[in-house]
Amino acid sequence: MEHGSLTDLSASTFSIMEEDHTLANSARFVLNQDPRVAFCGYSIPHPADRKVNIRVQTTGDPAKDVMKDALQDLMVMCQHVRGTFDKAVANHKSKKSAEEMDVDRK
Amino acid sequence: MPKKGTKSKKVVDDVANEQENKLPDYLELQRTRVVCNADAPIHTLGFQYSGAFAAMGVDNSVSVEKFCKNFKVEINRLTEDDIEFDMIGVDASIANAFRRILIAEVPTMAIEKVFMADNTSVIADEVLSHRLGLIPLDADPRLFDYISENDVPNERNTIVYKLHVSCPKGSQRITVKSSELEWLPEGSQLSMASSAQSGDKQKTFTSFSKSQKQILEKPLGVKFKDITIARLGPGQAIELEAHAVKGVGKVHAKWSPVATAWYRMLPEVVILEEIKGDNAEKLVKKCPVNVFDIEDLGNGEKRAVVAKPRACTLCRQCVMKDDGQKIELRRVRDHFIFTIESTGALPPEVLFTEAVKILEEKCEKVISELS
Ligand code: SF4
Repeated sequence: MEHGSLTDLSASTFSIMEEDHTLANSARFVLNQDPRVAFCGYSIPHPADRKVNIRVQTTGDPAKDVMKDALQDLMVMCQHVRGTFDKAVANHKSKKSAEEMDVDRK
Repeated sequence: MPKKGTKSKKVVDDVANEQENKLPDYLELQRTRVVCNADAPIHTLGFQYSGAFAAMGVDNSVSVEKFCKNFKVEINRLTEDDIEFDMIGVDASIANAFRRILIAEVPTMAIEKVFMADNTSVIADEVLSHRLGLIPLDADPRLFDYISENDVPNERNTIVYKLHVSCPKGSQRITVKSSELEWLPEGSQLSMASSAQSGDKQKTFTSFSKSQKQILEKPLGVKFKDITIARLGPGQAIELEAHAVKGVGKVHAKWSPVATAWYRMLPEVVILEEIKGDNAEKLVKKCPVNVFDIEDLGNGEKRAVVAKPRACTLCRQCVMKDDGQKIELRRVRDHFIFTIESTGALPPEVLFTEAVKILEEKCEKVISELS
């Protein structure tokens, strides 16, 4: 859910249910790296509520678009992490099996 | 030598480029390292804001391309149930998100409901049930669905195990191990009391439309066969049926797929000022994990060098007293040594990819909510 004003779209608070530091902190990181963002922070209003508020203030662009872009970026980053990791694991496994074969030969 | 000429020109160009937007050394150190002083670490927060150095003409933003270019993974160890790898070029917030998801949000199967038919052992029903819940099951959670409050347990969301042991009168006490849990691929064998009168096929606590043997490639069991569940004295018996369902660690730790998952930042030990002779010997002895070594300079001179910085546990022995001022302990801010210990349902490398997928799904969900 987005809380913002109708006249000024550049600042909004996004209330996300069923999420915690996991998403909010990563989103804050990505948002802070975006040059369009003037301020970004998050809070968890009460530890027993499963809800986080992410505040985004931009230099002019609509906060919602910037937020969506950030999440999109985070997704792309995750995909890259997954790809790199899978490659590294495959590499490691092939290297290991090659080594084992060498041992057999000796 | 034309080749050398071009090379040196390129170096000059690089230097010129870098000079334009390079932070002074002390800021670069603050940006990329956490410095661990004898009393407390400093520069722990780092600079997240993209415009932090705008006044100096340095861009601190990280675009996706830049991230993809710098990100690296190196596997150090990979066994059946644990993995250690270096994750380089990623912020703590993202590394921590993966860790949190691994512990609390990657699903597994665990025993959730226990139907007691008989329990005359000394261990109380609820304690026994709790112990059963914590037993790691050898079942791939990706093959099952979540079960919700009103769902009927079926072959897609429930695994049924039976435990029926008794200790005959006059014999020795026996120990009930997890290997005695027997998988029932056809579903529950206990009949519901209320439907006893209704006709031919008795109603049980599950309604499997087909045997799980047809869905799954390998038989389901428990991961470790030698977990003690209970002990029975002569004449005591346990008869029960346990239903395992899919869940996540944030609901109950029994669903956590990892024994634990953690990371530490890469240590960096720097000798700021040469340490020689006896002092070097002293320093080498001081470090409990042998980070330092001695280099022979010839003519009987000795000097301390940093040999294995990775082993540093940050005990800070070396920066206390004596030559403490000559050594600086640092941590590389974007280099994580990540370790995952799986409990056995999934191999550790699969757990990590699952965790990353879950973070992607979270993003996707919020994007669609905002659209
Ligand atoms: S902090 Fe401890 S482990 Fe690390 S180098 Fe110093 S003495 Fe060794």
